[in-house]
Amino acid sequence: MTATPVLVLLDHAADGTLRTPVRELLTLARGLAGDAGVHGVWAGGEDVAAAVPVLAAQGVTTVHRLVTDADVHLSSVLADGLQAALAASGSALLLLVSSFENKEAAARLAVRTGAGVVTDADGVSLDGARVVAHKTVLAGTWTTSCAVTAPTALVLVKANAVTAQDAAVPSAPQVVDLPVEVGAASGRVRLVARTEHAASGRPDLGSAHVVVVGGRGTEGNFAAVEELADVLGGAVGATRVATDEGWIGHDAQIGQTGVTVAPRLYVGAGVSGAVHHRGGMQASGTIVAVNSDPDAPIFEIADFGIVGDLFTVLPQAASELRRLRG
Amino acid sequence: MRIVACVKFVPDIQSDRQLGPDGRVVRDGGDGTLNELDENAVEAALALAEEHDGEVVVLTVGPDDAVDAVRKGLQMGADEAVHVLDDGIAGSDAIGTAIVLAAAVRHLGATTPVDLVVTGMAGLDGLTSLLPTALAEALDLPALPLASSLTVDPAAGTATVVRRLDHAEETLTAHLPALVSVTDGINEPRYPNFKGIMAARKKPVTTLDLADLGVDHATVGAAGARTQVLEAAPRPPREDRVLVTDTGDAGTRLAAWLVERKLV
Repeated sequence: MTATPVLVLLDHAADGTLRTPVRELLTLARGLAGDAGVHGVWAGGEDVAAAVPVLAAQGVTTVHRLVTDADVHLSSVLADGLQAALAASGSALLLLVSSFENKEAAARLAVRTGAGVVTDADGVSLDGARVVAHKTVLAGTWTTSCAVTAPTALVLVKANAVTAQDAAVPSAPQVVDLPVEVGAASGRVRLVARTEHAASGRPDLGSAHVVVVGGRGTEGNFAAVEELADVLGGAVGATRVATDEGWIGHDAQIGQTGVTVAPRLYVGAGVSGAVHHRGGMQASGTIVAVNSDPDAPIFEIADFGIVGDLFTVLPQAASELRRLRG
Repeated sequence: MRIVACVKFVPDIQSDRQLGPDGRVVRDGGDGTLNELDENAVEAALALAEEHDGEVVVLTVGPDDAVDAVRKGLQMGADEAVHVLDDGIAGSDAIGTAIVLAAAVRHLGATTPVDLVVTGMAGLDGLTSLLPTALAEALDLPALPLASSLTVDPAAGTATVVRRLDHAEETLTAHLPALVSVTDGINEPRYPNFKGIMAARKKPVTTLDLADLGVDHATVGAAGARTQVLEAAPRPPREDRVLVTDTGDAGTRLAAWLVERKLV
């Protein structure tokens, strides 16, 4: 167990609800912190009230609410705030959801403070007082464990790395305002516009437990992909080809330059499994592939591969799942 | 306008990539290449230079072979290349690499000011995406990361980008000098043509070491790394794999298998 509290950045939506992976990070943090407790850091002007019941169930003792006139969507400002929260909490370990925005802030914080950073971790453990992060690399083909040798560790954890569980004993989180001194550099980028994506009614692609992906083989018809995703309660993703063709929005693209996913279940329909796509999904728990081409590379990594027509296989699977559920 | 494009030499993503016993990516397989995502950075720099009558310097940090990465940049049309080569850099993490790159950009800026630093969105080896903002921080420059579009207004002295994130789309602007990282969606990198390849042979590649840059060995390389790989192993192959050819009931079989595995 760490001798200091473990600090977790509380990513949330514009309405103040916590992003799904935050519960997973809090669960992970609780196991690492032991008696030292879990602290949260709340960045942004949104009301923390909507999140408090979840934080209480997770056993969070203290929430450091950043107070600043500057825009915390800017990486430099967020880094200022995280630095202040690390100091205020006395924590030596900060866990963040592994997103591009959080990586930007963590990189700055590391340069400023000498902290060590590990991105895209799928587990965190302690070796004595030393933080060890676990991750898969090289498109999911290698596993590594990596010790942070600096006094402060910043670990960015992928969604679905751990199963979220509530604490045995809930807490009454104390929310403490933390004024943030924004460095001179932080005013130099101006956020001209920010548009939140509209909620799709499906789970977030990056944190969904189940992801159904359509590729070239859909020929632009995502109906079967969407139907199976909805039966499974999953998110819909796509390959680069499918987004470039305009069949679906760019934010659905899975790959090393798009969204990286590691759901419990990945279903690829009409997806060939090009190396760029594999880099964004190969760490998935179970991989199912449906493709009419028996030579598609995705079959090399599939747990269940079907050489067949996705337009018959997917609806049949969806229908059977509905039947089995009654 | 003087633009520095930072590029990285990485093992070819199509090759069988390995980690060594030290947990570092094996880089001597002979199939290294310019990081594909950095071609977008070079392209963005060249396009801006053409639009605003500027010049492009390609800059890399890495072992001997890394010179191939800047040579590719010269072939695409960059004017000048710099290769930072020093045994003391081996084992650098993203932060250490940012410190070296920052020193090199400052070195370049000492003679002629640098207006813009452009990088790719990630290296296809480590894929951390930490470098762009770490470099901006080390250079004390405003950062406009993950640009899917980039415009520069020379009269106002500003750069503006649009970026797409998981939950939002943002437009950011900053005064130059600034750092921009670009996605692979921003442009189509040009292929070097025969003329470019011939011209590149005559263009200078300057080699610098840590002493030239005034970088303390203790802050970079394995000595300065804040993380240490303890173990690295190839992921074991997946077990109990099923591969079927649909004869009319594959969807039903899939559903039963998902239920049996408690995946639904």
